Amino acid sequence: MKKLLFVLTSCLTVSSIFAGGYRVSIQGQRALAMGHTGVAIVNSAELAFFNPAGLVYLENKLNISAGVTGVISNVKYQNLDTRDAFATDNPISTPINLYATYKITDYFSAGIAIYNPYGSSVEWPDNWTGAGLVNSIKLQAIFVNPVISLKVNDALSVGGGPIFVSGGVNFNRNIAATPGAESIDGPSQIEVDASGVTAWGWKASVLFRPTDKLNIGVSYQSRIDIDAKDGDVAFTNAPQIPTKFDASLPLPAEITLGLSYKATDKLLVAFDFNRAYWNAYDSLILDFTNPVLPSSINARNYEDSNTYRFGAQYDINDKFTARVGYYYDESPVASGFFAPETPRNDSNGYTTGFTYNVNDKLAIDASFLYLYFSEINESYDSNPNDNTPPFKGTYKSNVFAPGLGITYKL
Amino acid sequence: MKNNKFIYIALCSIGFIACEPEFDQPLEGTPIAVQSAGEADFSNYVSIGNSLTAGFADGALYRSGQENSFANILANQMKTAGGGNFNTPFMTDDIGGFAGFEDNFGTRLVLQIGADGSRTPVRLSETASNDITATVEGSINNFGVPGAKSFHLAFEGYGNPAGIATGMSNPYFARFAQNPNSSVIGDAIASAPTFFTMWIGNNDVLSYATSGGSGILQPTPTTTDFSMIPPPGGDDISNPAYFGGVYSQLIAGLTSTGAKGVLVNVPDVSTIPFFTTVPFNAIPLDQATADAANAGFAPYNGGLQLAFRGGAISAKEAARRTINFTAGQNAVVILDENLTDITAINAGLLNIRQATDDDLLVLPASAFLGTPNAANNALINGVSAPLADKWVLTPEEQKLLSDATNAYNQTIKGLTDDNPNIVLLNANKLLKQLANGGLISEGTKVTSTFGTGGAFSLDGIHLTPRGNAVITNELIKVINKSFNATLQPVDPNRFKTISLK
Repeated sequence: MKKLLFVLTSCLTVSSIFAGGYRVSIQGQRALAMGHTGVAIVNSAELAFFNPAGLVYLENKLNISAGVTGVISNVKYQNLDTRDAFATDNPISTPINLYATYKITDYFSAGIAIYNPYGSSVEWPDNWTGAGLVNSIKLQAIFVNPVISLKVNDALSVGGGPIFVSGGVNFNRNIAATPGAESIDGPSQIEVDASGVTAWGWKASVLFRPTDKLNIGVSYQSRIDIDAKDGDVAFTNAPQIPTKFDASLPLPAEITLGLSYKATDKLLVAFDFNRAYWNAYDSLILDFTNPVLPSSINARNYEDSNTYRFGAQYDINDKFTARVGYYYDESPVASGFFAPETPRNDSNGYTTGFTYNVNDKLAIDASFLYLYFSEINESYDSNPNDNTPPFKGTYKSNVFAPGLGITYKL
Repeated sequence: MKNNKFIYIALCSIGFIACEPEFDQPLEGTPIAVQSAGEADFSNYVSIGNSLTAGFADGALYRSGQENSFANILANQMKTAGGGNFNTPFMTDDIGGFAGFEDNFGTRLVLQIGADGSRTPVRLSETASNDITATVEGSINNFGVPGAKSFHLAFEGYGNPAGIATGMSNPYFARFAQNPNSSVIGDAIASAPTFFTMWIGNNDVLSYATSGGSGILQPTPTTTDFSMIPPPGGDDISNPAYFGGVYSQLIAGLTSTGAKGVLVNVPDVSTIPFFTTVPFNAIPLDQATADAANAGFAPYNGGLQLAFRGGAISAKEAARRTINFTAGQNAVVILDENLTDITAINAGLLNIRQATDDDLLVLPASAFLGTPNAANNALINGVSAPLADKWVLTPEEQKLLSDATNAYNQTIKGLTDDNPNIVLLNANKLLKQLANGGLISEGTKVTSTFGTGGAFSLDGIHLTPRGNAVITNELIKVINKSFNATLQPVDPNRFKTISLK
């Protein structure tokens, strides 16, 4: 008879595992210092990421670039009506990049690019007002991308290669067995964890050099679906319902068009235009393998978004090269779907950096990014048909990202 | 300015930890907006009533329930509009119950979810620590007394500690009665309220209802001196004339010093999950079991036909009483004292029939149906052993209840119609809405669905903190409209519903 009485819907709704706008565009110190332009800059092994077609135009036989960036992101939330105020305490994330290229013949180069294009850590105070959406999230992905470059002629080359992805995610949020229910031991939480998830994609690019001074590049990276299978699920202050979870997350296709122009012997200017096909990220669905737990469906409704990048570099002398840049980054997050996992509105990135040539072979590259988000009033409603109102508030964020790398050529 | 920003960013790049974003209008610097009390005066708000006013929930009075009574939530919203302290006779903990009296005053209910997803309300397995003789000193604002009926509020000695053992007084009131001979209303008036809410009358029908209609409707009083009328028995429906007289006296006392207030009327008991959760056809049977059960009732069914042919009952009654089980969901078998007594023909022809959609089974029946009968464990409760009167509210019993409720509400409405200082909150209408689609308050929807609807606690009778928040918002609407105040609503989504084990 108890069963009769409790034919009740279990409402374990789990919100996004994966953050919105989770792309981290920090794939090279030299490029980042110039507003992360690079699809048309033939300068270092960073090309293996930005435009593998250009590798054949690198002067040296062997080129290596390696770097690490510390990403310090801060998000503040407040709501003047409810008088809640919270700030994230995010650990510093450290995306790396390692590029190596080798000129096999004058018409053929090969290389490898290893980098972290996705990844974010957001940690809100436990049980904060938005804990029902997220307490903490950590997303990591490493791309390994072997590439080749073929020279068609002195003005045109093509390149590309397969991308192997390995990633993982850990996500924690509060849950309620029914809306507003709370365990007598404290707030109930669910933590899902998937690691070692692998996937494949590809990249193809073209570099066109109509004059000595002008380079034009196009690069395309395919959409990659990360399918997590049998991820771990743990409950705190809640019944230990044994289950695994499956979820799929699209890493959107991206296209970049850009040009660089050598204005003088010392001055190079560059412009890149990125478009990311975020439209692929319609909703996030978590399927629990235990039928007792209904699937969690979370609307995302991301929109395709553009980034406009500008950069310049100036050779001060043989030892020093200085760089500056700016970019405007449109958010893929639609109004009304502004989830606190990674609250991303449109942002302005200001970058600078320099290279110090230790000797002919070795250089040290430094970069710095300040990403400015204007204050925004937004809301998120994971399910407009449920019994809870949207989560509303004012957000203000910023990101500081100092990076350091080396360039080696032989 | 530009320069400063550049320096700021430059400093951040060196010692970047401290460079957090700043809001244009940070919360710390923003004062709480002051609200207007309009023509009301909230400086000494007093709430009078029963368990609903006290914040009783989940079958117990416990601290966080009390903190989230509609009265306490309302008092908190009044603070920005001249409201003063709101003293509540708090229990000592969140466990509930009285130590040593757990049979009648147990710990609160929590929901136990099994690994298979099953859900069962159980008593919190902690030891009740509240001392039934402990008292709360000082002035009181929340005069909600669990169990109180309308006339109890006027009953002098209702909080006399000496009467607890004999059932003549109420231990909840004894905790804060000003003296042994106090009445609830007397103490409330003595505290000089400037504003009040009164929600009383629920128990005048509820105890009859929760007992499945075990009591009676009290006869109409023959005297107008209400103090001379003995209080009705525990499970009886208070006579509406008696209710009207007592209620009017309570209001006359409360308003004598010019206090303004809100009267909350009495909901229909048939709208609360205690009566709407267990379906009338709660018996699943396969064909073989149905056949066996039918065979057991064949003599009864045959006897009905004989009684009809003999003229003892109508064809309609014979049909209504005929027991028939089929494969699938089956209606439970109940005793119904309103059926014609034909036991004179044959002692086996009991007053039984199968329940219909018009019968309401009480919530505790969920744990009783389908269990072996205590007297003869070959019989199954609700199938071969008919459910006794206390498990079911029949249509006749429901009619008694709704007639009494409507009459009470006539009295309450009449009083608010006659006096501009007291206004009505139609809880009867609100709870009907809760039961029929739900109420949306500040974006949060609650319904009266048991366990998941959010409005009702695990006893199926009392509200959750979230349900109380919704009622508070409705009170605020009435107060603002009637007295030109600007009290701000609360966000019900921020209030808890039920607790899980």
